[in-house]
Formats: sequence, C-alpha cells, structure tokens
Amino acid sequence: MKNVLSFFRRRGSAPVARERLQLLLAHERATLGGRSDLVSILREEILAVIAKHVTVERDKIQVRMDRGGSVSTLEVDIEIRAPNGAELALSA
Amino acid sequence: MAKVMVVTSGKGGVGKTTSTAALGAALAQGGQNVVVVDFDVGLRNLDLVMGAERRVVYDLINVVQGDAKLAQALIRDKRLDTLSILPASQTRDKDALTEEGVARVMGDLKEKFDWVICDSPAGIERGATLAMRHAEVAVVVTNPEVSSVRDSDRIIGLLDSKTELAEKGERVQKHLLLTRYDAGRAQRGEMLTVEDVLEILSIPLLGIIPESEEVLKASNMGSPVTLANAASAPARAYADAARRLMGETLAMVVPSQRRGLLGKIFRRAA
Repeated sequence: MKNVLSFFRRRGSAPVARERLQLLLAHERATLGGRSDLVSILREEILAVIAKHVTVERDKIQVRMDRGGSVSTLEVDIEIRAPNGAELALSA
Repeated sequence: MAKVMVVTSGKGGVGKTTSTAALGAALAQGGQNVVVVDFDVGLRNLDLVMGAERRVVYDLINVVQGDAKLAQALIRDKRLDTLSILPASQTRDKDALTEEGVARVMGDLKEKFDWVICDSPAGIERGATLAMRHAEVAVVVTNPEVSSVRDSDRIIGLLDSKTELAEKGERVQKHLLLTRYDAGRAQRGEMLTVEDVLEILSIPLLGIIPESEEVLKASNMGSPVTLANAASAPARAYADAARRLMGETLAMVVPSQRRGLLGKIFRRAA
C-alpha cells in the first residue's frame, strides 16, 4: 500500500538534481572561476609596483581574495625591509 | 579563413569523440573541407570510431616533433574526400605535445582546411587545455546528468581563461551540445530537461542528440553516425547542429525515433 501511494506521489529526481547543481555551482564558480589566475596576476603586478620604490622579497608578499555573495575582499600583506635593517609590515 | 573548433566536456564518456566524428562528417557532407584532430595522446580513439585505425602510419606527435610531414600523417576518409583525420599517438604521452609545436601544426592545418576540429581528451589537464588553446569555437558536450553538467561548467571557465582568445581579452564562441537525451524521461521528471541544463550553464544550444542505439551501431562499424545511417534520429540531430555551425537558423527539435505500435510491427517486418 505504501508503495502504491509513493508511486502516485512521485515527483521525479530531476528537480533534486537541478537544485543540487545550482547550489554547488554557485559555490564553485566563486571559489574556482579563474581565481588562481587573478590572484597570481595581482601578486606579480603589486610586487612590481612596490619593488620600484623599496626592496621587497618575493616570498614576503601575500595576496588573498575572498569572494562573498555581494562583496569580495582583497587582502594584501607585504613585508618590507626598512633601511636600518628592521622589518616593516605593510598591510592593505 | 579556417575555423578552429574544439569538442570538449571535462567528463569522459559523454560523447566527445562520437560528436567530433559526426559533426566533422556532417560538415564535410555539406561541402566543407574538414580535418578532425585527435588530442587524446596515449588513448587515441577517433581513428577507430571513424574506421581509419588500420591506415594510421604517422600521428600528431610525429608532426609536432618534425619526424613526419603533415601530409604524411593526414588520413583522407574513404567515404568522403572532404574529410581527413589527424590521429593521436598511442605510444607516447601527452608531454610530447609542446605548445609551440601544436601552434605550428594548427597554423598549417588552417591553411589547408575550412574547419579544424579538435577532439579533446577528458579532464582539465595539459591535453585538454592544448586542444582548446587555439579554438575560436567550442562545442561543450554534456549529458543531462549532474556530474557531466558540473564538469561542463568547469570547462566553460577554462574556455574563458586559458584559450588564446581569452588571453587577448576576446571570447571563444561556446555552444552546448546535449547528448544522450531522453525526452520522455525528462518529461516525467526523471532526467534534467534541456531548459534545466541551459539555465545552469547559460551558453547557447547547438543541438540535442537523443539517446539512440544507432550511435553504438555506427561506432561498431567504424563510421560517423551521420554517414552510417543518415536518416536516424541522432544523425539528423548532428546534421542540424552542423548547419547551425554554418550559421543557419533552424528550429530546435528533439528528433525522435519513437514509432507507434504499427510502426514497430512494420519495422520488424522490414
């Protein structure tokens, strides 16, 4: 009897597939979509600009991007060696 | 000027090679001068699906590395003299393909043909990105199934970032080819519909290829389905897709092979 009822109530699995995909892809597009490229391009260009004025080591610059639904944030952390040898941290 | 087109999908087994062969043959049947290029180095299959497996002497790698001339590696189809195939290597690995070498071969092919169709390997690795590298048109082959749609979405992202056109700030013309579609199951809510997939991937639709036993039959025989049985539902769908690639506007229908009871009886008798 239960089987007969569930047969008539059956809605199909396609709507579930559709919903799962929409959720998943919204997330994946935000985290995968060209991100690695953009961040590495930004990193190189920021490094070039900073290096024009002060000495900066390649591994002392960190660029992070977080994409949210409506607002994304770009975090840049640069360590600059001050002329007297002390380290100066620059953060934006 | 020749058009370079990649047939790609991310996921394996969705019908890239079948679609490359069928679209290539359909364009050639329409009078275009076509070459299909197998980029699946190490796992070549386009030659087999097209029935040219016993005629392979040189391959793409030989040409890329300068061991053979392009003309020596090209195999002309026995049924259609406007259709040629450039096979992949079965023994080498994908690292043997260099970016410069591929660029040079693509340039040479563009001088000889109207269409250069690149059959991409599955995945998103080097072979797949090299296959799409020079494309201005992309056919994204997708099954109405969650994993295939997800991988297609990923491939669309690569087409928008890793191709030569994308790097110049231009766009690859992307088309969706929905394969193994069963209109009945979609209608009953058992399968993603055309509209579902289009809404999720949001690229224009090139064609809907119905699930059909004719596709396997054609590959068994080593023939593109458009040549093996031109009247069959998948062959008509591929022929329509090829005409759309040529710029024609055709109504989008799902060719069906369903027959009524009488049709079934007569088919048995025939």
